[in-house]
Amino acid sequence: MSDNSQVTKPNPNDEGTLLPPVDVIEDASGITLYADLPGVPKDKLHLQVEADTLTIEGGIDLEMPGGIEASHAEVSLSRYRRVFTLSKELDPNKVSAEFKNGVLKLSIPKAEHAQPRKVEIRVA
Amino acid sequence: MIYRSLFPRDVFAELDRLQREMQQGFRLSPSIRGIARGGFPAMNVGGTPQSVEIYAFAPGIDASSLDVQIEKGMLIIAGERQRQAPGTDATVHIDERFEGRFRRVVTLPDDIDPNLVDAKYTDGVLRISVARKQSALPRRITIQ
Repeated sequence: MSDNSQVTKPNPNDEGTLLPPVDVIEDASGITLYADLPGVPKDKLHLQVEADTLTIEGGIDLEMPGGIEASHAEVSLSRYRRVFTLSKELDPNKVSAEFKNGVLKLSIPKAEHAQPRKVEIRVA
Repeated sequence: MIYRSLFPRDVFAELDRLQREMQQGFRLSPSIRGIARGGFPAMNVGGTPQSVEIYAFAPGIDASSLDVQIEKGMLIIAGERQRQAPGTDATVHIDERFEGRFRRVVTLPDDIDPNLVDAKYTDGVLRISVARKQSALPRRITIQ
């Protein structure tokens, strides 16, 4: 699994997106990805797996009083986007997702045939 | 982007974080408390004539472990973000998310009322709304 957010063509209709920080952890059963997407409500999170490309997108929706004027902004864009290429031993049909308090947890299991097997070494 | 598997939480992770801070930092005029941009949690501050609104982007935190204080005209947000330790047979490929204790301090304007504060934690964002003093609100004076 590799990150190709930098090389994919940007959407023509967006002016820029935030790159959410992620953790990617692999164990024998598959890959677990955590992404920080604070401010994104559940209905504005979009996950897409197409062929071997995983796209994470989210729109920030903050409750703001009318007439607010920003005096200091560290988060100045309102969308997150990050794209990963999955490797072929991962099973894109079995991705499961949890989203709580702005943290996305994606579990991507390895395909059956890619589960680890002990290789026997024969001594000739 | 970092791809590491050998040494979780090593010096390269810190360099990467520093680099990100610098990339994002040059747009901000320097503050007396240093380059805050890139710190955790990221913060947006805004105001209306009635209130000062502070948004802290702190995902994945138990709201009860957040500590918010107003002291001498400063707002202090402190807490800790813990992460599940990966299993012994697990490999960490990318490790960018913040972990550990954090504390951020924001100077509030003089006209706020420290007794009228409202804090809410939604979708990983802590929103703190501090009302301005009644006497500081604009008032229309009727002419007799």
